[in-house]
Amino acid sequence: MSRTADIRDLNAAVTDPLHEDPIVRFSGVGLRYGRAPEVLSDLTFDLAPGSFHFLTGASGAGKTTLLRLMQLDLRPTRGLISLFGRDVGRLKRSDLPFVRRRIGVVLHDRRLLDHLDAFENVALPLRLAGRKVADYAADITELMAWVGLSDRVHAYPAALSSGEQQRLAIARAVVTRPDLLLADEPTGDVDHEMALRILRLFVELNRLGTTILIASHDEELIARSGKPVMRIEGGHLTLSDPAP
Amino acid sequence: MSRKPAKRAKTKPAAKTAPTVRRRPAPLLPPGDAQDAALMFVITVLCFLACLSVVAALGADRAAGGWRGALAGSATVIVRPKGDETPDAAAARAAEALAGVKGVAEAAAQEPAKARALLKPWIGDDSVLDNLPIPRLVTVDLDPRAPATAQAMSQALTAAGIDASVDDHSLWLKDVIRAGVLARAAAAAVAALLGCAAAAVIAFATGAGLTARRDLVSVLHQAGAEDRFIAGLFQARFASLAALSGLIGAAGAAIIAALARLAGGGDGLTPVLPLAWSDLAVLPACPLIAALVAALAARVTAMRLLKRMV
Repeated sequence: MSRTADIRDLNAAVTDPLHEDPIVRFSGVGLRYGRAPEVLSDLTFDLAPGSFHFLTGASGAGKTTLLRLMQLDLRPTRGLISLFGRDVGRLKRSDLPFVRRRIGVVLHDRRLLDHLDAFENVALPLRLAGRKVADYAADITELMAWVGLSDRVHAYPAALSSGEQQRLAIARAVVTRPDLLLADEPTGDVDHEMALRILRLFVELNRLGTTILIASHDEELIARSGKPVMRIEGGHLTLSDPAP
Repeated sequence: MSRKPAKRAKTKPAAKTAPTVRRRPAPLLPPGDAQDAALMFVITVLCFLACLSVVAALGADRAAGGWRGALAGSATVIVRPKGDETPDAAAARAAEALAGVKGVAEAAAQEPAKARALLKPWIGDDSVLDNLPIPRLVTVDLDPRAPATAQAMSQALTAAGIDASVDDHSLWLKDVIRAGVLARAAAAAVAALLGCAAAAVIAFATGAGLTARRDLVSVLHQAGAEDRFIAGLFQARFASLAALSGLIGAAGAAIIAALARLAGGGDGLTPVLPLAWSDLAVLPACPLIAALVAALAARVTAMRLLKRMV
C-alpha cells in the first residue's frame, strides 16, 4: 500500500531513532535559477544513516537538482542543508573535499575521464585519497568483475558501450564504500538483468552501512526493491511507502 | 548497522581475481594538445631571448670591467718646464718624484717622439710641431691593490718644484662605470620583462586549460580533490613544459654565443662585446628559472580560478 506523507511525517519516516545525526538534513530548502520560479521549495527531510530511498518524479521536476545540492555542486537559495551533521553553509572551501570523499556520485552523464582507462577511472577517488596503486589494484579488479567489466579493465571509455560506461561510473562511485551514495538514473542504460545486479550491489552497500538515494524512472525496479520512494512534484517532496 | 568504513566487510566478490599489475598511475591531465606545442614555442623563444640578453650583459660587463681596469690602473702627468729647465729634464724629475709616491708601481717620462706622434694626427706637419711648446708626459702605472691618488701625486710634484697636472682618468672612469651599470641594468630589465611575458603567457594558458577541462576539474572536485591538488596538476604540467622550453631556448642561445665567441677569437665577436666560454655556464639556470616562473604563474592562476568554481 502506498501513501503520501506530509513533509513532517517524512522526517519521522526516514530518521533512524538510534542515530542522533542524520546523514542528510534539509530544512526549508529552496532553490531557484536566476529569477525563475523556485525549482525546489521548502524541502524539509532527513536521511538517516543506513537508509535507502528512491527519488522519482517527472522529467524536469528537480531530481537532479536535489542530488546536486546534496553533492555540494549547488548552493540553495534559502534554507539549511547539513551533511554528516555539518551545516553546509558554514563549510569552508578547504573542508569540501573531505565531505565529498564521503559521498559517492553516479551522474546521469557519467562524467568518465576519456584519457584514463577503465581501471584508472574507477581508481580515481582512491588515488585522490592518497592510496597507493598496489594497495587497491586487487579491490578494483574485484569490483570491476562485480559490475561485469572484468574483461574491460584496460578499455577506454570511448570504447565502452553506453551500459558499460554506466557500470564503470557506478564502480567509481562505490569504490570507496562511501557513507552516502547518490545515483542519478544508474540503471538507465543497462538491461534488466544488469539493472537487478546493480540494484543488488546497492543493496549490499546499504547493508554495509552506506546511505543510498537513487533517482530513477524505473518503476519496476523501484517496486522490486521494496524501498521507500521520495517523489518530487511541483518543487515539493512527498514520501511513498514501499509497494507491498 | 555500522557505518564505519573500518568495520565494513569487503564488497561481495564474484570471484577473487588476480590484481592487475600496473607500473604507475596514468597522468590525470590529458596529454598535451596543439595548444601546448604553440605555448612551448612561445616560451622557447622567450627563453632564447632572455638567455641572449644575459650573455650580452655579461659581455658588456666584461668590456666595461676591462676599460675600467685599464683606466684605473694608470695616470698621466702633463709636465710644464719652468725657467731654464729643459722639458726632458723636467719630465725626468717628475718621473723620479712620482716613482717615490706610495701606490705608484712605475713612472716613466714619455719619449718626445711619442708625444709628437700622438699630436700629429691633430696638428699635422712636423715643422709646425717644432715651433710649438709641446708638453711632456709622464705615464704612471699604479699599484692595483692600493693605487696612489691624484692628490698624493700632485703634492709630490709640488714638493719637487715641478709645474704639472695629474690626470687620473677619473672623468672617463665615471662614464665607463656608468655604462657598465646601464648595460647590466638593461639586460636585467630585458630578462625580467621576458620572464613577466612568460608568466603572463603561462597564466593565460592555465586559464584556458582550466576552462577547456572544466568537466575534468568538476569530476576531480566531486571525487574529493582539493584545489591545491588540481592546481598542482596544472603547475606540474606547465613547469615541465617551461623547463623543456627553457632547455631548448638556452641551448639555442648557447649555440649563438659559442659561434660569436669562435668568430671573434679571444676578444669575442667584437672588442666591444668580449664573450668568454664561462659565460655559457649561466645558461643551464634558464630551464630551472623558466620552470619556477611557470609553476608559480600556473599555481596562482589555477588557485584563483578554482575558487570561483563550486
